[in-house]
Amino acid sequence: MIDISESVMQFLLAFIVAAPLLGAAAALLPAPPGLKGKSPDQAVLRHGVTVTGAILLAALALAAGFDHDDPSRMQATTDVSWIRALDVRIHLGVDGISLPLLVLTALLTFLCALHSYFKPPAGPSPKAFVALLLVLEAGTLATFAVLDLVLFFLAFEMVLVPMYFLIARWGGEGRRAAAGKFILYTLLGSVVMLLGLLLVGIKGGTFDMVALAADNGRGLTTSVQVTAVLAIGVGLAVKTPMWPLHSWLPDAHTAAPTVGSVLLAGVLLKMGTYGFVRIALPVAPDGMRTLAPYLAAFAAVGIVYGSLACLALARPGAKGDLKRLIAYSSVGHMGFVLLGIATLTPTGVNGALFANIAHGLVTGLLFFLVGAVKDRYGTADLDTLAGATGAALYGRAPRLGALLAFAAVASLGLPGLAGFWGEMLALFAAFDPAEGLSRPAYLVFMVLGGLGTLLTAAYLLIVVRRVCMGGPRPAGEPELADVRAYELAAWTPLVALTVLAGLWPAVLLGLTDPAVQQLLAGGTQ
Amino acid sequence: MTADASLVQSVDWATIAPPTLTALVALGVLVADLFVPAARKQLLGWISLAGLAAALLLLLPLRAGDRATFCLTPGAQTAGHVQTTGCSYTADHFTLVVQLLVLGGALVAALLSLPATREKLPAGEYWFLLLSSAAGAALLPAARDLATLVVALEVASLPAFALVGLKRGDRRSGEAALKFFLSSVTATAVTLLGVSFVYAATGTLHLTEIAARLGEVPGPFHTLVQTGVALTLVGFAFKIAAVPFHFWVPDTYSGAPLPVAAYLSVVGKAVGFTGLILVTVVAFPSYADVWGPALAVLAALTMTAGNVAALRQDPTRERSAVRLLAWSSVAQAGYLLVPIGAAAYSSDEQVGATVAYALMYAAVNLGAFAVVALVARTHPGKRITDHAGLYATSPAAALALAFFLLNLAGLPPGIIGLFAKVTVFSSAVDAGLGWLAVVMGVNVVIGLAYYLRWTALLFRTPEHAPEKPGRTAHRAPAPVTLAIALTAAVGAVLSGYPQFVLRYATTSLF
Repeated sequence: MIDISESVMQFLLAFIVAAPLLGAAAALLPAPPGLKGKSPDQAVLRHGVTVTGAILLAALALAAGFDHDDPSRMQATTDVSWIRALDVRIHLGVDGISLPLLVLTALLTFLCALHSYFKPPAGPSPKAFVALLLVLEAGTLATFAVLDLVLFFLAFEMVLVPMYFLIARWGGEGRRAAAGKFILYTLLGSVVMLLGLLLVGIKGGTFDMVALAADNGRGLTTSVQVTAVLAIGVGLAVKTPMWPLHSWLPDAHTAAPTVGSVLLAGVLLKMGTYGFVRIALPVAPDGMRTLAPYLAAFAAVGIVYGSLACLALARPGAKGDLKRLIAYSSVGHMGFVLLGIATLTPTGVNGALFANIAHGLVTGLLFFLVGAVKDRYGTADLDTLAGATGAALYGRAPRLGALLAFAAVASLGLPGLAGFWGEMLALFAAFDPAEGLSRPAYLVFMVLGGLGTLLTAAYLLIVVRRVCMGGPRPAGEPELADVRAYELAAWTPLVALTVLAGLWPAVLLGLTDPAVQQLLAGGTQ
Repeated sequence: MTADASLVQSVDWATIAPPTLTALVALGVLVADLFVPAARKQLLGWISLAGLAAALLLLLPLRAGDRATFCLTPGAQTAGHVQTTGCSYTADHFTLVVQLLVLGGALVAALLSLPATREKLPAGEYWFLLLSSAAGAALLPAARDLATLVVALEVASLPAFALVGLKRGDRRSGEAALKFFLSSVTATAVTLLGVSFVYAATGTLHLTEIAARLGEVPGPFHTLVQTGVALTLVGFAFKIAAVPFHFWVPDTYSGAPLPVAAYLSVVGKAVGFTGLILVTVVAFPSYADVWGPALAVLAALTMTAGNVAALRQDPTRERSAVRLLAWSSVAQAGYLLVPIGAAAYSSDEQVGATVAYALMYAAVNLGAFAVVALVARTHPGKRITDHAGLYATSPAAALALAFFLLNLAGLPPGIIGLFAKVTVFSSAVDAGLGWLAVVMGVNVVIGLAYYLRWTALLFRTPEHAPEKPGRTAHRAPAPVTLAIALTAAVGAVLSGYPQFVLRYATTSLF
């Protein structure tokens, strides 16, 4: 859109990846004179807002300078040798697939930093909190920006330790066990993924994703490709998470602080699906073709399983935790993303990428809202909240109630909002999967997916019914604060983008489609 | 002087300088101990440190890696072309890297020992034993015949027995030394038996000659050679503490003085894997079908046994910190064995991955021991729980220990630890040992569980109130601080530029 010279673009991308790390180091140092603020805690939280804000601006500038006429081309590329022994290169670049994810990550992290500035996390000193948040941001941004398999793995691993500490130190009940489960599960997956990546790198002769994608699996035998996709897929599927490898997710979400949940659902899960699109699809197409039906089957089961679990949690008397419920709904939503990818068609992959972003926006918003509800009521337990008749949020805090209802209907895929397009495209692609895939099987998956959307609508409406509506409140109940200014500031961008993506999906699809076409047809340039 | 006219072999003194100097300083310290007054015993420590530093510097002129001495044919050591066949002492790249590791490791261990010798240990004997052992360990990678190899192994080991038992009046220390001694002597005896079998079949002790002649061993001797090869490996497997020769490790480490445990965990390991590499890759390449699978299975068993035992350590038990590091060092030995086993299956250079991994491991493991030594000054129990809330009392030490532990686990920010693991994985995948790679993967996850548990403990808010100001005045001794700073700096530099060590993983070292 705006003409920015290539070297500036390169700098912007390198800045986006490196600045959070520098910011994290700076957060641990004492504040310089003049920036001390009211207290050290306030100063460091403000530092977090400044750094993430600068990165968001850089990401927006990158998006503005991105050549939208040619989104399939890798832009702002940097390619420097780092470890010659392993043939690891610092190879960065963005195309239409990674750009939306980069912007989403930068946006969500900024909103989280903003939210924590006004409502510091309950727990030990915020200094470490800000540093960890920034390392987490660096890891996720790097995952979407690197074009080298080993570097991808490094970035993938980089988020584990910060997320572990965010959950284990600032989390709620049962946080240690949940954090441990999260990191061990994910590490087990990513070690297996490393084996797959090494296999691809050694047999393919390079770790460069662009070169491997251009090769489109011609240098790899089918058996190598199947093994590689299986190994890489397990790692990515744990992260995504795919049923039945999802069991770390509900615990982690329930125990994590609000900000941790938002980032975990909004950004970290996307790393898994992004890996499928960026690595598995173009690098090992034969392997993907062999394993795609299994992936689709697991995805379809995941969709139904996630919604049934949510329905069970939403039932009165089930002692369902709202955060746990949204975590299970993520399993269902990510099932649609995986189903889209598993169709191996441009429609499906585009739908998957769209659903990815939509899930990041909507579930990020939902976790913010549930966090706000939990702060006000002191619990996220649905039964305690709702009491006999319902929590009556519409009456007691109308704006919060309205926002919650909005996020819920966006999540269930109401046409006109972000949640609709991705899931519709994924189901549509399952109706007509790529050549060589069994159509009857995919039709079954499509029906299961369709059933899943119905069940999703059911449980989300039950949640809205129990949380937002309700009978007259007993006298003497304390007043509930409605949406505060900083909350509004943190949530408005998400609401606006949800509406925008729902009404004008071409913004995203125009970016992803050319890149996806090229990936499926034979690699990027 | 014409070479063929002389019966006296000419010796290239510069080539053998690093181990020789170490040995000379060791003798010098022993003699000086007689004349230095008790109040000035610290002087011996500084002399030893200077000696080790000088030995490290003497590696610099050799960095081209083309020197050899004590050769069968005089022509072999003419400068210009690298002909090291038939030489007993070779200073090639492999030798130099391992000498760097051994002498550097000994230097850091010596830094840790300085405060200990002031308080508890007899200075003269201690420094003599430490330097002698280091001299042997430095000689070992250069040895290219089985006799020198065994002698070097013994020179490295014998002083270590005494070092372990040096704590006067400590029953546990004595028991540890005895355990260490008995199992080590058995292993050496077995090795010697193996060496004699190999010698009987081939008629030579030089490794390269053995490699050449093993191919033409007459039929009846085949079993003899195979037995010989297997038995020779046993001694080195013991040194590296591979299963089933690992039982001595936890008791020995936790019974020994802490700096000695640190020394054994790094230099002892280096001795073991160097010897293994030399006998397998250099001497017995034609018997790769014997030792390849054996080492691969050994690697899998070793890492699993070490990790499972480390996982089961009770953090509140006395000396649990040292015991955990001991078991973790057993597990790490398993990772070190993987590329050696992979070398049997693949023509590519694999053992470099072991060297690269060992360099990383040496730096971070010594660092971890250094922080444990620091904490042990205020909490002599050496429990893992003693480290709870370390970040609150000494943030720098806590951050350093967290960095070391994450390196051992192989997770960012321990980037060098991660990449060292990647090279090891890569050698296994390259050699087609997929099952071993998967076993190692599972082990890395188990390892993370206990490293992370310890790391998380460092940042926990201490439950009791901060100690009285009188006790916090316990200042950290400068040498220990220096050791921590040094190892942390090495780890940090390598994390930014892993090429420094990883280049050994791809180049030919011999």
